Amino acid sequence: MAENNEKTTMSRRRFIKNSSYVAGGAIGGGVLGTVLGRNLLNDNQGTAPEESSGDSSQNFNRALMYFTREKDFNILSQATERIFPDDDNGPGAIALGVPFFIDHQLAGAYGHNDREYMQGPFYPGSDFQGYQTRLKRHEVFDVGIQAMDRESQKEFDASFEELEGEQQDQILKKLQDGDVKLKGVTSSTFFELLRSATIEGAYSDPLYGGNGNMEGWMMKEFPGNYMSYIDEIDEEEFITKEPKALRAHISTQ
Amino acid sequence: MATELDKVEIVTVGVGWTGGIIAAELAKEGAQVVGLERGKGRSTEDFQHIHDEYRYAIRYELMQDLSRETITFRNHRDERALPMRQLGSFLLGEGLGGAGVHWNGQTWRFLPYDLEIKSKTDERYGENKLGDDYTLQDWGISYDELEPYFYQFEKTAGISGEENPKGAPRSNPYPTPPMKETPITQRFKDAANNLNLNPFHIPSGNLSETYENPDGETINQCQYCGFCERFGCEYGAKSTPNMTVIPTALGTDNFELRMHSNVTELMYDGDTVTGVRYTDLQTGEEFIQPADIVVLTSYVMNNARLLLNSGIGRPYDPETRSGVIGKNYCYQILPGANGFFEEEKFNTYMGAGSLGAAVDDYNGDNFDHSDVDFIHGGVTTITQTGQRPINNNTVPNDTPNWGAEFKSQSIKYYHRVLAVGAQGASMPHRNNYLSLDPDYKDIFGQPLLRMTYDYTEQDRKLHDYLSEKCAEIAREMGADNVEPREISDHYNIVPYQTTHNTGGVIMGADPDTSAVNNYLQMWDVDNLFVVGASAFAHNGGYNPTGTVGALAYRAAEGIKKFREENGQLVQGKRSSKQV
Repeated sequence: MAENNEKTTMSRRRFIKNSSYVAGGAIGGGVLGTVLGRNLLNDNQGTAPEESSGDSSQNFNRALMYFTREKDFNILSQATERIFPDDDNGPGAIALGVPFFIDHQLAGAYGHNDREYMQGPFYPGSDFQGYQTRLKRHEVFDVGIQAMDRESQKEFDASFEELEGEQQDQILKKLQDGDVKLKGVTSSTFFELLRSATIEGAYSDPLYGGNGNMEGWMMKEFPGNYMSYIDEIDEEEFITKEPKALRAHISTQ
Repeated sequence: MATELDKVEIVTVGVGWTGGIIAAELAKEGAQVVGLERGKGRSTEDFQHIHDEYRYAIRYELMQDLSRETITFRNHRDERALPMRQLGSFLLGEGLGGAGVHWNGQTWRFLPYDLEIKSKTDERYGENKLGDDYTLQDWGISYDELEPYFYQFEKTAGISGEENPKGAPRSNPYPTPPMKETPITQRFKDAANNLNLNPFHIPSGNLSETYENPDGETINQCQYCGFCERFGCEYGAKSTPNMTVIPTALGTDNFELRMHSNVTELMYDGDTVTGVRYTDLQTGEEFIQPADIVVLTSYVMNNARLLLNSGIGRPYDPETRSGVIGKNYCYQILPGANGFFEEEKFNTYMGAGSLGAAVDDYNGDNFDHSDVDFIHGGVTTITQTGQRPINNNTVPNDTPNWGAEFKSQSIKYYHRVLAVGAQGASMPHRNNYLSLDPDYKDIFGQPLLRMTYDYTEQDRKLHDYLSEKCAEIAREMGADNVEPREISDHYNIVPYQTTHNTGGVIMGADPDTSAVNNYLQMWDVDNLFVVGASAFAHNGGYNPTGTVGALAYRAAEGIKKFREENGQLVQGKRSSKQV
């Protein structure tokens, strides 16, 4: 319980800052937003290391369940950061832990399409028939990440990791448009998986390893997991609330 | 190999709303009922950690496990159908309570026009308003005949609502008052009034107050927590079969519920069904359950598929237009308009599945279609269902869907978009139908159901019309920028649209053109009832569950009659020339 109280105090401080910032009408204010984002990370490192996204040495969850080569993981990380970049609103995909979220998801039911129909025969479908590759999602990511690096070498004579942001965007755009040949799957299928997984990692409950410190939610002013709004739903004013994660629902911690 | 069990009087295939209603009504009468449900059991206690968008709304934990069984899909007959490998366009339920666990709770009555759509359209606009390719049919029952059953369902579920000036007439008020008024619903209503429309609150299965139904089951007051669609309710405040009819059935001691029991075949001797074959998914054991009466109460897809795989009824053939099983598969279209507000923010993260306001001025035949070349329409609403951050990233049309601009715009507009939407009715077309797939099989080696479906000209014209009406309302609400939605080139199985699939085992007055009579009793097999939205002869402009519930109570009454009288309960009216 003590731990709970500490967390609440910590995040209330964060909450107060956030609401005054909104009340001040400075939404989108570049400097303020950046300062806020950084402060949040620092706060957490100081008071709640077990929840920190910034200090990965303290978070044993920040390790690889799926990827075997760090290079692949780095390429993935940089791609997610281009899709959901750090900006005035707050942290980008890497600071939110999105690459670890994707790594962990690829190791489990999502990566292995466990609850999906994967019987053959396989034929290419029309644009209206959906996922039709025999590759499972983890294999699609393997093939896609290798292709990103290969394409980077071809276009810019450098690894994807070494490219400038705008060059990385060009590679990603090519994938999105289906203009990169992959074995067994279209590059647009891979890109759409990468894009949606990035958004999912930014905004899912922090229990999955992304949305670090609930900062994805804070950027969006989504309060997460509240039991009831029955006394507030008829209020005219927008109500900013301190976010709560599912962990608050576990009664025996 | 299969173990033959002792005969029971009634067996239901699936235990969701329809199976639960049949079980409760017949078990109360003293009939011995067995409910076969292939999913697992679940109740309010299973939803204590339900506020998890990723697990439930994105990875679909409560929905059907497609690795066992899915459908195949193609847009038109000369295309190869391919499996729907992932859930997308619609979310099939699985488990006790079926999709009745994770529905939003909007509970409508189809219009009198819907039930006699062919006659009423011909009468007002002359024959062939839509042309011969549209297989429009009356349902074989009038609204007045069905009205008491609507109310029976609403009383069981405790529906919260208020008078709808343009809706189907009611003999009784709703059991509970409407949900709360919010700044969002109020703004919609003000705009609608300014446009001389007739707004009201959406009838809701998320209850405005704690309610005890006539069977003594209690449903709690909705907390507006914003986790309704795709979720179970942790408060027991959403009307579900699990909160109402299933405990009622179990309370009689005449109902036996068997979980993990996947029915693979109806035992059919060419005249009657003698029982069902099913597999216990946990042990792999196969059983035959003999029964006097079999009631198909699975979803639209499996109702049609089990009939086709069991060789019951005449499969529909789009070439000759003969046969009935698989005919008149319909869906819905979703016209609408997004209103973007620059200066205001709304508490859109709060809400409930059925919280919202509506107008019915553009639904059914509530407006004159003489000068347009489509029929019907749709209920036009604003809903406040609770926006969650993964699924809700609405941005203006010219925004890319990733990168810095996407991030900024999706964050900026998260609480600054209000969408006005319509549920456009879907008219049957000869080329939209369900059949068996020639290539793909389920885990038992049985053919999958194949869906052949595309939007029609009627859909496109109705979509344009309703999107513009939605845009008018959104502008009147004060949005700075309003973007009407557009319909895609073809129906797409990937993005979520709606789980309002209908047809395939349709009801009617004529055994030549329909599969079941107005008690949902098969014309061809007297002791087989097929219950659900599979019976809809077309899809109306509302969420279907209220009408599904009414038809289930109607079927329950038919089964009661059948226990006494046997034989066909309705005299078929053959209109035609047998094909």
